[in-house]
Amino acid sequence: MNDGNDVIGIEMPTRAEDAAIVPVTLRSKLQPTDSRRVVAITLVIDENPAPMAAKFTLGPNANVTEISTRVRVNNYTNVHAVAELSDGRLYVSKVYVKASGGCSAPAGKNVEEAKNRLGQMRYRQFATSEQGPATSTREAQIMIGHPNNSGLQMDQVTQLYIPAFFVNELHIWQDDSPVLAMEGGISISEDPNIRFTYVSNGAEHFRAEAKDTDGHIFEHEWKVENPGT
Amino acid sequence: MAHGGSVLALLLMLWAPTIARAQEAELPVSEVAPGIFVHIGVTALMTSENEGAIANVGFVVGDSAIAVIDTGGSVREGRQLLAAIRSHSNKPIRYVINTHAHPDHSFGNAAFVGDRTGFVGHKAMPRALAARGQFYLDGFRRTMGDALIDEVRIIPPTVLVDDTLKLDLGGRTLTLKAWPPAHSDNDLTVFDERTKTLFAGDMVFLEHIPVVDGSLKGWLRALDDIAAIPAARVVPGHGPMSAWPAALADERRYLETLAADIRALIASGKPITAAADHAADGERPRWQLFDDYNARNATAAFSEIEWE
Repeated sequence: MNDGNDVIGIEMPTRAEDAAIVPVTLRSKLQPTDSRRVVAITLVIDENPAPMAAKFTLGPNANVTEISTRVRVNNYTNVHAVAELSDGRLYVSKVYVKASGGCSAPAGKNVEEAKNRLGQMRYRQFATSEQGPATSTREAQIMIGHPNNSGLQMDQVTQLYIPAFFVNELHIWQDDSPVLAMEGGISISEDPNIRFTYVSNGAEHFRAEAKDTDGHIFEHEWKVENPGT
Repeated sequence: MAHGGSVLALLLMLWAPTIARAQEAELPVSEVAPGIFVHIGVTALMTSENEGAIANVGFVVGDSAIAVIDTGGSVREGRQLLAAIRSHSNKPIRYVINTHAHPDHSFGNAAFVGDRTGFVGHKAMPRALAARGQFYLDGFRRTMGDALIDEVRIIPPTVLVDDTLKLDLGGRTLTLKAWPPAHSDNDLTVFDERTKTLFAGDMVFLEHIPVVDGSLKGWLRALDDIAAIPAARVVPGHGPMSAWPAALADERRYLETLAADIRALIASGKPITAAADHAADGERPRWQLFDDYNARNATAAFSEIEWE
């Protein structure tokens, strides 16, 4: 695997303030002139019980250059981002994160609320400074209400594990063109939240479909504001 | 003779834990109202040096029984609290009430396990302990060390409070109220009718920055209801004894500032990382442990308020 310092950036706080919600941003560092593109990015949290947090597959025509999400961090750990480029080569970058102590825990804060939100989906398009032609970079966010139980919380009294129940697949399209897909693991925080940049193809609709480990399918479609040309 | 000696040795072995317990130092407590004893914890994070004794803990002595309210951040602190209780009263400890599941309030539970002692908590407290107990044990082993953590047992409540529950200690009644998610999702307050003393648990912080581990919006909603409790004084979860309901003013201001700042960040399209860096920054000089908890509060609050 190749050194990814010039290919893939990974940003996380040095200290995970809330172990249940640790923001992470993955950023392509490829120059616009580079003929290669990022095909996929895998996020690995080394010391988590299931280290593979997520694999993002980037739509071939969406030009996604930045992806932010939130993860659980169980311990002091290295976090790796592995970018697969269109020439088949792999590049890796890493950061070190300290999980905080205190009352912080990877488990949920408000279990009833998390249940009530199950399956709700939200889409938000962020205003960019140069909102204009279809070729300009846009930024959007998809939120999915889901407790994303890890299956790794052992009840100290019964010695039984609380069953795993999490979003393991998410697909995002503009009209019928894939923008971004995520294979999720148990390290993704409750209420999975993906914020990303992309280039509009002029589509009038954004669509998201999520699947969870119990076989639920959640899907929603939104009208794009100012779709461009 | 040899047989008699081994019986004696066996008896000594059986007595040994009792002797050790009796020799445990007493946790300093003051009688803040007749029959109400309180230890004010040090405002700090839990460490091996402070033995986890950072939360306020106390006990209420009735005519026939005693109720303990929170057991501290280690079994050692719990045993010291037990020693303090026994220097004031030999009445049976009928109830151990946990105001919520956090380690600084419940890690001392093992010191109070006995046939006739009921553990009392919010109906959601067993679930919180089930989901987080192991993480708490692992996490605090790092800062408190093996000696203190090895003897901690996660002990969930056996008497659950759904809405309100009255406990009779003989001649005095404690009114327990279970709150919707606020500081945590399993907060319980304890009100002594006789002396109008409110043990607020972590529903009330003074000096120590409030910690949001349940619902910021729920906590703000609860403040009006909690202010209506006809108390004369409050024992907060952290910070000094104070007059009621004036004690709520600082906490309310902090929580309202945090919510307003987060709403402004979300409205302007800022990412969650901006919350940790900027929200409620103006509150920094007013609180101890601000830098230990504010960014975490802001992160949690952002992920809650963005669903509005």
